[in-house]
Amino acid sequence: MSTALDSSILTLVTFIPLAGALFLLIFPRRDRDIRLFALVLTLLDFVVSVHLPVYFHRGLIGFQYELNRAWIPTPNIHYHLGVDGISMWLVVLTTFLTPLCVLISWKSVQDRVKEFFILLLVLETALIGVFVALDLFLFYFFWEATLIPMALLIGMYGHGRRVYAAVKFFMYTMIASTFMLAAILWLYAKTGTFDFVTIQAALHTGQVHGFAGAAQWLFLGFFLAFAVKVPLFPFHTWLPDAHVEAPTAGSVLLAGVLLKMGTYGMVRFNLGLFPDQSRSNAWWVMILALIGIIYGALVAMVQPNMKKLIAYSSISHLGFVVLGIFSFTTAGLDGATFVMLAHGVSTGALFMLAGILYERRHTYEISEFGGLATPMPVYATFFSFMVLASVGLPLLNGFVGEFLVLSGAFRDRAVYGVLGATGVIWSACYLLWMYQRVFFGKVTHRVNESLPDLNGRERVALWPAAVAALVMGVAPLLWLNAIDPTVQTVLAPLTQMASRVVGQ
Amino acid sequence: MNPASQMTQTIPQAVDYIRLLPEIVLSIFGMIVMGVDPLLDERRSQRTLGTIALLGSLATLAAVVFQAQYPGAAFWNMVQVDAFSIFFHFLVAAVTAVVILTSYEYMEVQEIRAGEYYGLILFGAVGMSLMSSAVELVLIFIALEISSISTYILAGFRRRSATSSEASVKYFLLGSFATAFFLYGVALMFGATGSTSIQTIGVVLGSENAPVLAYAGIALMFVGLAFKVAAAPFHVWTPDVYEGAPSPVVGFMSTAPKAAVFAVLLRIMFEAHAPGRLGLIWVVAALSMTLGNLGALVQDNVKRLLAYSSIAHAGYLLVAFAAFPDNGIPAAMFYTASYAAMNVGAFAVISHFGSAGERYVTLEDYSGLGRRSPLLAAILTIFLLSLIGIPITGGFFAKFYVFSAALQANLVGLVIVGVLNSAIGAYYYLRIIVVMYMREPRGEISVSPVPTGLGAALAISVAATIYLGVLPGRVLAYAARTASAWMR
Repeated sequence: MSTALDSSILTLVTFIPLAGALFLLIFPRRDRDIRLFALVLTLLDFVVSVHLPVYFHRGLIGFQYELNRAWIPTPNIHYHLGVDGISMWLVVLTTFLTPLCVLISWKSVQDRVKEFFILLLVLETALIGVFVALDLFLFYFFWEATLIPMALLIGMYGHGRRVYAAVKFFMYTMIASTFMLAAILWLYAKTGTFDFVTIQAALHTGQVHGFAGAAQWLFLGFFLAFAVKVPLFPFHTWLPDAHVEAPTAGSVLLAGVLLKMGTYGMVRFNLGLFPDQSRSNAWWVMILALIGIIYGALVAMVQPNMKKLIAYSSISHLGFVVLGIFSFTTAGLDGATFVMLAHGVSTGALFMLAGILYERRHTYEISEFGGLATPMPVYATFFSFMVLASVGLPLLNGFVGEFLVLSGAFRDRAVYGVLGATGVIWSACYLLWMYQRVFFGKVTHRVNESLPDLNGRERVALWPAAVAALVMGVAPLLWLNAIDPTVQTVLAPLTQMASRVVGQ
Repeated sequence: MNPASQMTQTIPQAVDYIRLLPEIVLSIFGMIVMGVDPLLDERRSQRTLGTIALLGSLATLAAVVFQAQYPGAAFWNMVQVDAFSIFFHFLVAAVTAVVILTSYEYMEVQEIRAGEYYGLILFGAVGMSLMSSAVELVLIFIALEISSISTYILAGFRRRSATSSEASVKYFLLGSFATAFFLYGVALMFGATGSTSIQTIGVVLGSENAPVLAYAGIALMFVGLAFKVAAAPFHVWTPDVYEGAPSPVVGFMSTAPKAAVFAVLLRIMFEAHAPGRLGLIWVVAALSMTLGNLGALVQDNVKRLLAYSSIAHAGYLLVAFAAFPDNGIPAAMFYTASYAAMNVGAFAVISHFGSAGERYVTLEDYSGLGRRSPLLAAILTIFLLSLIGIPITGGFFAKFYVFSAALQANLVGLVIVGVLNSAIGAYYYLRIIVVMYMREPRGEISVSPVPTGLGAALAISVAATIYLGVLPGRVLAYAARTASAWMR
C-alpha cells in the first residue's frame, strides 16, 4: 500500500481535469479540438481512477490511498486525501459520468465552447475533491468550489430562466454551507485541527471540552448544508429550477454527483462525527425523507415537463438514500450507498436522453411528444431500459439499492419500510406513464414523424451507462464487497447489533 | 534597543535615515515628477512621468526590503521600523506601483494632466507609509494629513465632471472634520496619560485603571479613523466620493490609505492598550457590515456598489480588532493585504472598461462582457469571487482568519452577524457576474484591447489574490511575528 503511485493516485485523479482546464485556457478557440481534448482528458481520468477499485484492499478498515501533507501552518490545515469503500465509488462515478457529459454536449454546446469545457473540467476536479478530502477545511474548500462552475454552467448555457435558476442554486447552497463552516470552525477552535480522523477520535473519546452542549448545534450545522444539497424536503425548491434550466451536462452532473455530495456528507460527517446526535435526530430526519420520497413522487406524477419530472424523481430517490442512512442498519447503509451510485448512472442517463430529445425538438413538454417509438426505435429502447433501471426492475441497478434500503428501514421500524415501499410503486407509476405518453401510440405531432434516431456519438454516450446499469444489477457484490466493510466501521459506534445481509 | 539612549541622542544617525528610507525615496521621486513635468510637452508627458513614478514605487519596494534589515526606532522614538511597519510599507508601495500601472492608459483616455497626478500619488504614499511606522500620535496626525490631502485632490481629478468635483469637495469637508476629531482625541489622550508616544501610553493604560479622559480620547480618535476607513456610521461620504473620483484613484484610496489607517488603529487599539475597545468595535463592525451590504444590494452603478462593499469589508476587518491580539492582529493584517489585492484589481478592470469620461459604469453596461472580452470578465470574476470569499482566493482566507480569531475570543454574536452578512454580500457580487456572463450584450459598447501596463497590473493583482488564497501561510506567519513582538 505504500508505493508512490498509491499515495499520489488520488491527487492525480483529482487534479488531472484541473490541469486540463488550465491548458484549455491557453488553447486556441478551435471548438472541435477542444471537445476532443476534453474527451481524451476525462477518459484518461476515468482510466486512472479505475486503479482505485482494482487495487482497493477490501478487507481493510479505515482509509486507503492516503496522503497527508502539511499545507498551511496557521491554521493547521493539511492536504489530507484518502478514500474508503463509499467515497471510492463516488469518485469513480464522477470520472465515469464526465466523459459521457462531454459526449452529450458535443453538438448542443456551440457557443463559448472553450468556457464550457473549462467549467466542466473545473467542476470535475471540485467534485472529486469533495469525496477524497479528509481534512475538514479541504473538504469545505472543494465543497464551495463546486458551486461556481455549476452555477456558471447553468447560468451561461441553460435555457429560459437560467439566470434565476443559477442564482437560486448558488444562494441556497452558499447560505446553507456557511452554517457548516461555522460548525467546522467551532471544531477547529476546540481541537486545533481540521483532520477528520483526529477530530473523530477526539470526539468519540470525549476529549473535546464543551462538546456536550454544542453537539446538537454542530450536528444541525452540518446537516443543514447537506440537506439542502441532497435536497431533503423542505429544502428542495432549488432543484427543479436548476435541473430544468441547466444544460444537459449540467443536469447529469447535478443529479449524478452533486446531490450525492449531500448524502455522502451525512454518512461521513453527521454519522461519523456525531453518532449520538444522529441517533436522537433520526426520527425527524426519517420522516422528512419519507415525505421527500412520497411528495417527490406525487409531484413528479403531475409534471408536464419531462426534465422536471426526472428532477422530482431525484428528490424521491434521494429520499431513499437518506432513509437508508438514518436507519442505522448495515443493509440500509449498504443500500443507500448503492442507490447513490445507481441513481447517478440511471438518472444521469435519463437526463442525457431528455437532452437528446431537446436537441431535436427544443422542448421538454411531454404533450409535445407521443408515439416516438416509431420514428426513434433505438432511442425508445434505451429510454425504456433506463426507465426500468430507475423504477427498480430486478436485475437492473435500481432494484438492489432500493431493496436493501427498504429491508433496512423495515428492520428499524416497520412503518418506515411500508411507507418507503410505496415510493417504489409511485416511481413505477410516473416513469412508466411518462414513457407511455411519450413513446406509445400514434405519432401525435407531425414534426415528430421525421425525428432522426440516435446517431453514433449519442449511442457511444449511452452504451456505457446501460452496461453499467446492467452489471450493477447482476453483480452488485462487486460494489458491495467494498462498501460493506466501510459501512460496518461507520456503524460501529452507532449500533452493536449490526445486521449482515450481504457479503456472506 | 534602549529607549533612553535614543532619547539622549540629539543628532539623527545614518541608520535613522535608513529607517525613513521609503518615505525619502517616495518624496524624491515625487519631486522629480513635479520638476520634470513643466519641461515636457504636455501631450507626450504622460508616459514619461508615469514611468518615473513607477520607478519611484519600485525603488520604494527595494528600499522597504533593504530597510527590513534595520529594525528599531528612529528620530527620537517617533518612527519605529519593525515587521509590522515593513508589512504595511510593502503593501502601500505595491499598491502604488499597481495603481500607477493602471493609470497609464487612464491618463491618456481621460486626457488628464499627469504631472500633479503622479506626484500626488507618490506624496500620498509618503503619508500612508509614515502612518504605519509612526509611533507618536502627532506624527501620525501629520502623516494622516499628508495622505488625506493628496487623496482629496486626487478625487477631483476628472475636472470636466461635476460629480468628480463634488466628490472632492465632499471628501475634503467631511475629511477635515474627521481629522479634527482625531486631533481632539490626541489632545485628550495627552491630557489623560501625559504622553503622545504610543509605547508610553500603552505602559500607562496597561498598568492602571484607565482615566475617563482616556476613554473619551480613544473614542474621538476612533471616530476620526473610522471615517477614513469608511466604517459605519461614518461612511456616508463613501458612495458619492467613489462614484465621482477617477477609477484608478478609487482603487488607490480604497486600499492603500485604508491599510495605513488600519495600521494606525492596530497600534492604538493593541499596542496602546486602548480601553473600551470591545464595545466600540462591536457596534461599528456590526453596523458597517450590515449597512454596507444592505446598501450595496440596491446599487446599479458598479463603482457605488463597490463603495458599499468597501464599507462592508471595513466591517469584516474591524471584527478582527475585537479578537484577542495574538490572532486578531495577524488576521487584520492579512485582510488588508488580500483586500488590497482584489480591490485594486477590480478597479483596474472598471477603469479600463469605463472608457473616455467613465461612461460605462452601470451594471447594464457590463451585460455580456463575458462574450465581448472573456479575459477581462474572467479576471473581474476572480476579484469578485474573492470579495465574496470563495475558496482559493485571498478573500476566503481573509474572512476565515478574521472569523476564527473572533470565535476564539468567544465573539459568537459578532461572527454570526458577519457570516450572515457574507451570505447577503454574495448576492450583489454575483449580480455583476450574472450580468457579465448570462445577459446578452446591449448596445455597441466596444472593449478596447488591454494595454501592457494595465495587463501587468491585472496580472499582479490576480497573482496576489490567488497566492493569498492557495498559500496564505507565509504572509500570515509574517503578520503573526508582529503580534508576538507586541505581546512581549
